[in-house]
Amino acid sequence: MAEPKTKYDRQLRIWGEQGQEALEKASICLLNCGPTGSETLKNLVLGGIGSITVIDGSKVELGDLGNNFMVDESSIGQSKAKCVCASLQELNDAVKAKFIEEYPEALIETNPSFFSQFTLVIATQLVEDSMIKLDRICREANVMLIFARSYGLTGFVRISLKEHAVIESKPDHFLDDLRLNNPWPELRGFAETIDLNVSDPVVHKHTPYVVILVKMAEQWTKSHDGKLPSTREEKKEFKDLLKSKMIAMDEDNYKEAIEASFKVFAPRGISSNLQQIIDDSRADVDSSSSNFWVMVASLKEFIANEGGGEAPLEGSIPDMTSSTEHYVNLQKIYQAKAEADFLVIEQRVRNILKKIGRDPDSISKANIKSFSKNARKLTVCRYRLLEEEFNSPIQPELQKYLTDEDYSVAVGFYILLRAVDRFAANYNSFPGQFDGGMDEDISRLKTTAVSLLSDLGCNGSTLTEDLINEMCRFGAAELHAVAAFIGGIASQEVIKLITKQFVPMSGTFIFNGIDHKSQLLSL
Amino acid sequence: MADSTAHVSRSRDLDKLLLRPGHLVGPTFEPGPELRDDLRKFATVLVVGAGGLGCELLKDLALSGFKNLEVIDMDRIEVSNLNRQFLFRLQDVGKPKAEVAAKRVMERVSGVNIVPHFCRIEDKDIEFYNHFNIIALGLDSIEARSYINAVACSFLEYDSDDKPLEETIKPMVDGGTEGFKGHARVIIPGVTPCFECTIWLFPPQVKFPLCTLAETPRTAAHCIEYAHLIKWDEVHSGKAFDPDDPEHMKWVYSEAVKRAELFGIPGVTYSLTQGVVKNIIPAIASTNAIISAACALETLKIVSGCSKTLSNYLTYNGAEGLHTKVTEFVKDMDCLICGPGVLIELDTSVTLQKFMDQLQEHPKLLLSKASVKHREKNLYIQAPPVLEELTRSNLNLPLFDLMGKIRKDIVHVTGSTTKNDKKTSCLRKLRVVFKGIDGATDMDTAGGA
Ligand SMILES: [Zn+2]
Repeated sequence: MAEPKTKYDRQLRIWGEQGQEALEKASICLLNCGPTGSETLKNLVLGGIGSITVIDGSKVELGDLGNNFMVDESSIGQSKAKCVCASLQELNDAVKAKFIEEYPEALIETNPSFFSQFTLVIATQLVEDSMIKLDRICREANVMLIFARSYGLTGFVRISLKEHAVIESKPDHFLDDLRLNNPWPELRGFAETIDLNVSDPVVHKHTPYVVILVKMAEQWTKSHDGKLPSTREEKKEFKDLLKSKMIAMDEDNYKEAIEASFKVFAPRGISSNLQQIIDDSRADVDSSSSNFWVMVASLKEFIANEGGGEAPLEGSIPDMTSSTEHYVNLQKIYQAKAEADFLVIEQRVRNILKKIGRDPDSISKANIKSFSKNARKLTVCRYRLLEEEFNSPIQPELQKYLTDEDYSVAVGFYILLRAVDRFAANYNSFPGQFDGGMDEDISRLKTTAVSLLSDLGCNGSTLTEDLINEMCRFGAAELHAVAAFIGGIASQEVIKLITKQFVPMSGTFIFNGIDHKSQLLSL
Repeated sequence: MADSTAHVSRSRDLDKLLLRPGHLVGPTFEPGPELRDDLRKFATVLVVGAGGLGCELLKDLALSGFKNLEVIDMDRIEVSNLNRQFLFRLQDVGKPKAEVAAKRVMERVSGVNIVPHFCRIEDKDIEFYNHFNIIALGLDSIEARSYINAVACSFLEYDSDDKPLEETIKPMVDGGTEGFKGHARVIIPGVTPCFECTIWLFPPQVKFPLCTLAETPRTAAHCIEYAHLIKWDEVHSGKAFDPDDPEHMKWVYSEAVKRAELFGIPGVTYSLTQGVVKNIIPAIASTNAIISAACALETLKIVSGCSKTLSNYLTYNGAEGLHTKVTEFVKDMDCLICGPGVLIELDTSVTLQKFMDQLQEHPKLLLSKASVKHREKNLYIQAPPVLEELTRSNLNLPLFDLMGKIRKDIVHVTGSTTKNDKKTSCLRKLRVVFKGIDGATDMDTAGGA
């Protein structure tokens, strides 16, 4: 077995060869390689990211040795970018690692087009002004961006990009797609070939619950004007009916049927989340539309036509008590239906591509297949421009956070993380950054925070003295453990964005290192 | 002089937390250079496990002001560790994890001393675990967690009001990950729930019924487990299956393929075969980094008091969006492990051998192959044979005499017990009280003499 495959075995089990391939193609740019940046990249280099470019203009000082694992004694006085880059390269020689000794702020000001060469930019420890400028640059160049910052016992992670569509979202708990509330003719036909009242007890207890529920639901609708159980009483009656069919106590298949009966009661049709996606204005496609929206357009047509209100079938079934033969046959029936649905979707995709003047074969069969199989789980994530959020945060949310006890520390840190940048812009250092003058810094930070709150339309809201005090005590320290936490989250989100698998975080993650009651704020 | 300024600036960032007074801090926090220096000189931390979490923990602790670390791990480095265990390189494959991890961190962070222990956690004497201020667990097995938890809780003593004695509390931080998910927790024995108090958080793995494997296989995993659990024994009479032998694994794979073909079941691959047979848990660098960082931060806060601490269980889930949650679990008042200890009342005439027989019968203990220890003294030891021989003569002596004729005291017993039909190593703390001894001869306070 090839070594890289074994080396990546534990992660291939999560995101597969396709995900790994996407990572190996990605080129990442890191701004500032203090511990937060170094730790973020470390996790990506280990996983085999394609290439990294480390950008930092500073030289290694003694203080850096106390919080950054990627530098040591021999690094002192040298370019931090160079030293960190060399240490990262040591972790995985398959990664192309390079560095540029330059301050990110200078690059942002003088060479905005520099960033367009990357798949994704990780911006660490930037102050507000630079963040806003970089955000505009990346948004325009369509480059994914993640901000990460560690500050004392707090910090944040924030994704910024226009739109991110996830086809393979692989949710933890997602209802399987059995269509027990709406079986298609082949499934019903298969169920008809099986007699629930078979006398052989071994056969009886190996009839899969899917068949039991399809048959019993059909029997029910015949005596209920074609309707499935919907009221509480009806549901109970249906379950009792199932129970009455048992001929022994140990019939796991009937127990499974009773447990799964809610799948019969579930409403037909698509989820509101999916409805929202097909109703999106971007589903009206033209020649500039992305592959994702072309496929959504075909999905919309499918649901309205062949699907009869349903999305294409996923095609897999969970394990259940059954004879091997019944189970394998059921599997084939579900797979055949999924394949048929996929072929319709594919045909519609090709037709749409032709209509909008694109090559009908420009979307691969494999991509359409994956889309069709995962249609029920599609997710579209959008992120506000940082500038918009900073200038006009969503008021009802902000008010909620300011008054909700669960959010009070997190929103306090959110405000203070912004206030320290205003402070630094006015006084040329962060509050408490240097020893001495602590009392003055505390009162200045308080004033700054109050004026920021009033700019945000929250007159009268205050932050606790304790929190302001702590923020000054932190003095812009970048603690290794906090940086490793923040960097860990940032790298995990990078992986989700690049593999296009799993749903990335929304909003701003505010780290609370005091008692770990961190929060996501959607502003 | 130059040296002292150098130290000040090396801890530039950490000093802000350790030297300055704070508002949201622990009750014992006394900021100042002494705190920083004490952390360096006197605080000792044991890291259990040098895998995905252990590597991160060692790095994080070495950069969080700790200078005296020890690490224990029985494993050797494998190729499949390299995607996350960042202290190891391809050329290290086959070497002991603990030794390589300690060496790498010491190379990078000057002034840190890390003592590696390449052995099983059970190989160490209980007293070994007592000289650490705090124990950080980076493990992937429930049994190992359970064992260390029992060891740490065994040091715990209660006063006459059943309040835990401060100086006997051995705090632990514990982390665990699986894919994009993980947990970090703080265990202060006697104060917050111990691992055993909340054992229900880790339900035993559900196994496939044998009749499904033998008669009605439906999935690829069923075919693999048939080859692994049934067919192997049929064909290789008496020869144990070794999951680390590639020839064994290939045999199971090819048998699983045959069975799957016979029943028309799709999906048997070599990778899945390994996954099912070895019960491989997917693991990635980022989750390990997040969880270890949380554990290291809590370690720093518990030892220094520089901030409040996690109370007491953090879950992290990055699989769908990002979710973190803190749950304050409560202690199980009847916990066998972190409670005052199982009470055993004895006549003064009962011999050590009789006492050990009782432990085997005791419904709460079911403890066999016992080794018995009182305070620092081994009363009986099962292995190695030299020690067994030395202590064998104690078996026929009354326990009362062996314990220095005191009315009651704590006795530690290690051995094996049965849990979920599986034999596991265990350690139990017992409160032995001798009957018929009146208060006049109560030598409670002379216990250590
Ligand atoms: Zn307990």
